[in-house]
Amino acid sequence: MGRRIINRHPGRGSALFWGALPFLVLVVLYVTFSALRLAENPNDKLLPAFASIADAIGRMALEPDKRSGDVLLWADTAASLSRLGLGLAGATLLGLTGGIAIGLVPYARAGLAPVVAVLSMIPPMAVLPILFIVFGLDELSKVVLIVIGVAPFLIRDLALKVAEIPSELVIKAQTLGASTWQIVTRVVLPQVVPKLADAVRLSLGPAWLFLISAEAIAAQDGLGYRIFLVRRYLAMDVILPYVAWITVLAFLMDWALRRFNRSVFPWLARGAS
Amino acid sequence: MHRSLKRVLGFAVGLAGVAAMTLSPAMAAEKKDFKVAWSIYAGWMPWGYAADSGLMKKWADKYGISVEIVQINDYVESINQYTAGAFDGCVMTNMDALTIPAAGGVDSTALIVGDFSNGNDGIVLKTGKTVADLKGQKVNLVELSVSHYLLARALDSVGLAEKDLSVVNTSDADIVSVFSSSVDSTAVVTWNPQLAEVAGVKGATKVFDSSKIPGEIIDLMVVNTGTLKDNPKLGKALTGVWYEIMDLMAKGDAKVLEHMAKAAGTDLAGYRAQLASTMMFYKPTGAVVFTTSAQLPRTMDRVRSFSFDHGLLGEGAKTKDAVGMAFPGGKTLGDPNNIKLRFDAEYMAMASEGKL
Repeated sequence: MGRRIINRHPGRGSALFWGALPFLVLVVLYVTFSALRLAENPNDKLLPAFASIADAIGRMALEPDKRSGDVLLWADTAASLSRLGLGLAGATLLGLTGGIAIGLVPYARAGLAPVVAVLSMIPPMAVLPILFIVFGLDELSKVVLIVIGVAPFLIRDLALKVAEIPSELVIKAQTLGASTWQIVTRVVLPQVVPKLADAVRLSLGPAWLFLISAEAIAAQDGLGYRIFLVRRYLAMDVILPYVAWITVLAFLMDWALRRFNRSVFPWLARGAS
Repeated sequence: MHRSLKRVLGFAVGLAGVAAMTLSPAMAAEKKDFKVAWSIYAGWMPWGYAADSGLMKKWADKYGISVEIVQINDYVESINQYTAGAFDGCVMTNMDALTIPAAGGVDSTALIVGDFSNGNDGIVLKTGKTVADLKGQKVNLVELSVSHYLLARALDSVGLAEKDLSVVNTSDADIVSVFSSSVDSTAVVTWNPQLAEVAGVKGATKVFDSSKIPGEIIDLMVVNTGTLKDNPKLGKALTGVWYEIMDLMAKGDAKVLEHMAKAAGTDLAGYRAQLASTMMFYKPTGAVVFTTSAQLPRTMDRVRSFSFDHGLLGEGAKTKDAVGMAFPGGKTLGDPNNIKLRFDAEYMAMASEGKL
């Protein structure tokens, strides 16, 4: 009997190969079926050839639009990122203040924890029609959707993290004469901010989901708006690069937050490793 | 390593097989079983009735085929599915037939010209009483749809252009709630039944509707040209059942209309009101006259100009001639070597001559 599969480890090069394989398979499958469909119908829009995708990227990312004069990809990216940034900033701020208050102050916990717990169970997409009515169709309702979607999770996560701080630390700070405010700034913040950054990383996926849903329903620009607009004439040559671009942006944001954590809070990584 | 590599390859081949089945283009050939898609709209409710009442089965049996009528909730999605090859036919407007399947290279035939919008699409303003008041407003509409076309035609009529206002792409499902409750929304372009709702908002004025451009927003049953050519029975069965139901509707058969009203989410009075702004061709003769008229190519020329200006013919299209269209009597518009949308009065003529 050979070695069990659970004990066989790929080498460095082999791991790279196995990592790349699914991507290669996907590309090969795509090229094959794209070629098949295009052979049947040279105008097929469902699986465009890489050449026409490249064309579409050039058009969207380099040439100004005939009607608005904007270069669409960048205008859309700027609009989406500003909504996402505002939404995440609002949610993070709420998460930080709400989380610390609930985790540290018993009265705040008594008063806020149940309502946050209930609010966090409301599916944000279900209240979208209400948001549109209350906040209008402009930027505000899109930002609010992201805040509503992400903040309850951040608050609850952070409250748990604050509660996990060893009580010895808090008591020690008190015996040294620290006020509540000093405990927050000197004991709690250094411990939970890096964890907040991690929680925000995990929220990026939902935040993008909410952003694109809101843009799909009513918008004048944005990455989600463009995808749902050109869907009207099945322009997969635009949709596919936009999806790839969103993936890249989300990946970069995740990476940047991780770097931020590591460079600003070096003690965190040191403790973990 | 080699064994596991083989396993991976086997998996990939299996995956490829599944993908091949779902993604391969539909091959045209003689066949027995067909699928057509429809979505809810005043002029398309007969298709729902055809399926529910068993009349479709009756006509399909007559020609020895089977036709499944599938209702799709999302209109654009139904056209995309048809374009991708999942359906043999689908209901759509003349503009969408040009910009989605035809521009996507799927040779399509307008088998039945069912009706044209005669007030079913309109522009409603909260502040302002005329089309000229649209200037500078933010307009909520489903971008690149017939609403957008209607807006362009309305602006033309008073010498304005799209750059004089800004359009906000808004889902048709949200247009009513937005217009009636949000102060941000002061102008909308939409279709019925939403149009009736927004026009009823206090202080709102309907400044333009499709009755001012009669015959330009046409509702069709479109089928794949290759499939139709190989299977004339499909064309006969669909046309046959359509005009049998048209007869019932023209007679005002309350049971039939009630059924359609219910399926459209309204009552008999509401459905009658929608039909009033829909110019239905109850008799095949009328549809044949309309389809063979000299006005249809002129309308399609307007529609293709609008579509080309908005990039709807695809980027491969360098001029509005890129996608060719054919009309009864051999008349064509655009590239005669790339005819992808055909208006065909042949089956409707058979119906009017009682040959079905």
